[in-house]
Amino acid sequence: MRYSIFSLARQALNYHKGWEKAWRSPELKPSYDAVIIGAGGHGLATAYYMAKEHGMTNIAVVEKGWLGGGNTGRNTTIIRSNYLQDASIAIYDLAHKLYADLSQEFNYNIMFSPRGLLMLCQTEHELRGFQRTAHANRIAGLECEMIDRQRVKELVPIINDRDDARYPILGAYYQASGGTARHDGVAWGYARGADQMGVDIIQNCEVTGLLRDGDQIVGVETTRGTINTKKVAVVTAGHTSHIMQMAGVSMPIESVCLQAMVSEPIKPVIDVVVMANTVHGYVSQSDKGELVIGGGADAYNNYAQRGSFASLEHTATALVETFPIISRLKMMRQWGGIVDMTGDRSPIISMTDVKGLYVNGGWGTGGFKSIPGSGFVFADTIANDRPHPIAEPFGLKRFVRGEFIDESVASGVAH
Amino acid sequence: MLEIKCPVCGVVGEEGDFHGGGQAHITRPATDNPANISDEAQRDYLFMRHNPKGLHFERWRCDRGCGKWFHAARDTVTNEFKAYYSIRELPPVELMKAATGSWAEYFKDKMVTK
Ligand SMILES: Cc1cc2nc3c(=O)[nH]c(=O)nc-3n(C[C@H](O)[C@H](O)[C@H](O)COP(=O)(O)OP(=O)(O)OC[C@H]3O[C@@H](n4cnc5c(N)ncnc54)[C@H](O)[C@@H]3O)c2cc1C
Ligand SMILES: [Zn+2]
Repeated sequence: MRYSIFSLARQALNYHKGWEKAWRSPELKPSYDAVIIGAGGHGLATAYYMAKEHGMTNIAVVEKGWLGGGNTGRNTTIIRSNYLQDASIAIYDLAHKLYADLSQEFNYNIMFSPRGLLMLCQTEHELRGFQRTAHANRIAGLECEMIDRQRVKELVPIINDRDDARYPILGAYYQASGGTARHDGVAWGYARGADQMGVDIIQNCEVTGLLRDGDQIVGVETTRGTINTKKVAVVTAGHTSHIMQMAGVSMPIESVCLQAMVSEPIKPVIDVVVMANTVHGYVSQSDKGELVIGGGADAYNNYAQRGSFASLEHTATALVETFPIISRLKMMRQWGGIVDMTGDRSPIISMTDVKGLYVNGGWGTGGFKSIPGSGFVFADTIANDRPHPIAEPFGLKRFVRGEFIDESVASGVAH
Repeated sequence: MLEIKCPVCGVVGEEGDFHGGGQAHITRPATDNPANISDEAQRDYLFMRHNPKGLHFERWRCDRGCGKWFHAARDTVTNEFKAYYSIRELPPVELMKAATGSWAEYFKDKMVTK
């Protein structure tokens, strides 16, 4: 069903009784041309572009819970592309450009909101770090600029711009086209689009084993039965190490919990996204009026999807210092997601030593913004069984060769 | 919020009193000539991590107590600590036996030492 003002009017006259489900709930077939494990944004986008760009429609996405219920439905939805390294700029910029047209392409509103994004400079060191990134971005042709304290105050009236602040505002790195999108909308839009092209999305289906015949992948064991397939893509964020181990492949990843929280809804006070990396906090305001707040990750491995109170306290402390009005707000909800951290804080989009086994993970604290770009290049990698040029630098070989894509300095903890 | 016990001074504190030191039992490839270390061995040392969903072995420091490093075995799903042991020791044998995945692989030939 196409969504439009006319379908809305028609359904209204019909007391909204005729809306169809946005995707099917098909039975699992015994074999597929390819199986994608994990129906988060990255897995669903991969399926969508495999069907759309490469005509691979006899494929399945298997998900242990509900689609979009992992980090994709738990994140604070910051979208930006002003990373430091060339390889990062290429993939995040591709994603950013695809995001801009997704609502039209899907016929589904993902509420992409390029409202502007500031990365605060609160120490001399941070200021110089972002100046360096600004130069790198300018060479790459990204429209970003360094702005001074006065401009920051104009854009963010609630900010504490006092000279005697513990961490004074020295300026900010500003990407006017940065912003947010509706996280569920992105997952649902890709799911609906992939489903319409014939992709089977199987929810409540946990992968329990990967089957190998020598060095070739031959199947997937799930709680709903065994699937025969020659291509398996693991796109399971914090669970990547666990699943890859089922095929005997070790990963350079550690899983930790990252939390976020929202305040009670208030009138509009901030219409940009602000990241404060020195104090470890970031904030934006949702359309409902809640302040959406995130911070740093816990310091120890964890699969419990329930983070530490110490981290929340740290985030709240940081933001109260930078945005004093927050001290009066009640926090309504708090939650955690298990994020997959790599040593250089860049993702892994890779072939493996096992034929037919592909992996896309390691997005850590910052992979919502990259979903369209990542799905696009990963689909191409799987369909053609060779790395897409934009994916190539993110291969597992970089850890052997020492060709790291170091984003840890540029982005602090969360990005 | 984790509650942790230091096996050195015996203090019990919350996680903020301690500092997590990440995965335990990582050994740097030893050689008198760095050129003899393969790129793979160097990668394993620097980046490869067991990251199990379940029993894990890690290092902690008693930050606001005695200041010493120690080892702990913890379940990463329930967050329950199974044992604390000295920074110079391997885990208790029954925990080495209970280890799974690449940890089991790692402990395979080490259980005789205890
Ligand atoms: C609190 C928080 C805030 C964040 N903020 C931002 C932000 O502002 N901007 C940004 O760009 N990024 C942010 N991120 C990061 C971003 O959310 C992730 O990088 C991204 O969503 C990862 O998408 P994914 O599809 O790889 O993983 P997920 O969405 O986690 O999908 C993986 C799926 O795999 C499934 N799965 C796992 N094991 C199995 C199994 N055995 N069988 C079948 N299925 C399985 C899971 O159930 C899950 O649905 C944040 C993350 C968190 C937790
Ligand atoms: Zn102590």
